Amino acid sequence: MSREVANFRTFWKGTTFSSVLEPVVYLLAFGLGLGATVVDRVDGLSYVEYVGTGMVATAVIFSSALPAMFGTFVKERFQRTYDAILAAPVDVEELVTAEMLWIGLRAGFYGNFPLIVAMIFGLDPAPGMLLVPLFAFVTALGFAAFGIAVAASVSKMDQFNYVTTLFITPLFLVAGTFFPIDQLPQAVQIASQLNPLHHLVELVRGSAFGFEGTDLLRFAFLVVFAVTLWRVAVHQMEKRLID
Amino acid sequence: MKKFGAITAVDGLDLEVPKGICLGLLGPNGAGKSTTMRLLTGQAHADEGSITVLGHELPDQGKEARAEMGVVPQLDNLDVDVAVEDNLAVFARLYRVKDVKAAVDRGLAMSRLEGRRRAPVDQLSGGMRRRLLLARGIIHDPPLLLLDEPTVGLDPQIRTELWSRIDSLRTRGTTILMSTHYIEEAERLADEVAVMAHGKIISRGKPADLVAQHAGRETAEVYAAPERLAEVRARAEAQGLRVRPAGPAVAIVGSEKATDGAVPPEAIRRAATLEDVFVLLTGEEAE
Repeated sequence: MSREVANFRTFWKGTTFSSVLEPVVYLLAFGLGLGATVVDRVDGLSYVEYVGTGMVATAVIFSSALPAMFGTFVKERFQRTYDAILAAPVDVEELVTAEMLWIGLRAGFYGNFPLIVAMIFGLDPAPGMLLVPLFAFVTALGFAAFGIAVAASVSKMDQFNYVTTLFITPLFLVAGTFFPIDQLPQAVQIASQLNPLHHLVELVRGSAFGFEGTDLLRFAFLVVFAVTLWRVAVHQMEKRLID
Repeated sequence: MKKFGAITAVDGLDLEVPKGICLGLLGPNGAGKSTTMRLLTGQAHADEGSITVLGHELPDQGKEARAEMGVVPQLDNLDVDVAVEDNLAVFARLYRVKDVKAAVDRGLAMSRLEGRRRAPVDQLSGGMRRRLLLARGIIHDPPLLLLDEPTVGLDPQIRTELWSRIDSLRTRGTTILMSTHYIEEAERLADEVAVMAHGKIISRGKPADLVAQHAGRETAEVYAAPERLAEVRARAEAQGLRVRPAGPAVAIVGSEKATDGAVPPEAIRRAATLEDVFVLLTGEEAE
């Protein structure tokens, strides 16, 4: 397996620039903009601390689900990269797993940047933060698998718009990144318990300001999310790639 | 057998490739050649029947089989995101080649792209890309090579060059299964030809034997106006000779058996070819 990862590593040239810059721009706009003018403190945290920890989840979903969707579709449909790889002694499961691992590692890395930027603006480092790359990695695996499964299920790239609007945007907005979920209607609160990004946000806040017992359940949820979507992605890709 | 919805692409195909020969799978577009190739790489699963590649049962032992075969696809699927040498290196690793660097150097030498190591693939000419595709397919020195329409869409000059490369592989003892719809390609490279149409092998043998068996010794081509051609055709067919269209002309196959008048004086007599066989058997004009 690790050999495949090494191979696929060469398939991507860094899009580090936008992946790093985007959360920074958000953080500055929301954290400093809203923080200085509208919002004072949220859940006892300064707004920069609140958003800075929450934005890890934003960075993770945008550097996993979207690249997985577009990358998989382009490589499958336009470049026929997967056709070439599957003629070698590689099966669909290994291919999907390698893609996921690579995206997961990347997003696990990019996911730390909002935290680092937030530190520049006054967030205190904490030992628990060393676990953030792991949380980001596991969540990114799930969203990478989600993106791969979507790419293997649509017939045209335009259909990504539905997925982005229906799933990704709501997941990212109602994750407790920019505002606390407990002010929302009960139904939304319950629904957000199914949102992996919400659990990631809470785990990252835990890593900065102290974990709670429920955080273990949150992490378990992320693992189950990643494993389930992994199987879905393998299944969808088998359907797409093998006649 | 392999079905795609209502379309049966490969149907009752019975094909055995002896070790060390180049078998040409000759058939018109849509005959099921590419589907056959995909069945052999495990990228399609047969709905009925069994496939064994180098002793490995498909699809269960597909990975073992693929490890020992090289594949050169019909459609160029080089990785345009990475450089020439990385294309080779990635596949050398996928095939678990021990000395990746040496394999890459061999591949570059073979495709005469040493000077373009770091070049992006999309800066290569069509001929260079094909050479690289072939080098990638044999990066692990496989005993079996699948070539799916290896020279489709190439200039005649590049085609000839590729043929000599394929021929040297054959000489070295690599077993080759090559699909093609170019008669000349099959004639030049194949020790044996299997003519395929509608998902079945309809005839198989050495090119010369196929010609002797199906076309006879000689073919007479008549170029004339359509009415005259119809007349010539009717007369030849009345004698039980087989007549096929040949572009603007008609070709009377087996014209050595014709008796008085069936072959008009203006006809051009030539030796029968695999093309005559192909058109007679598949009913389609050759390229």
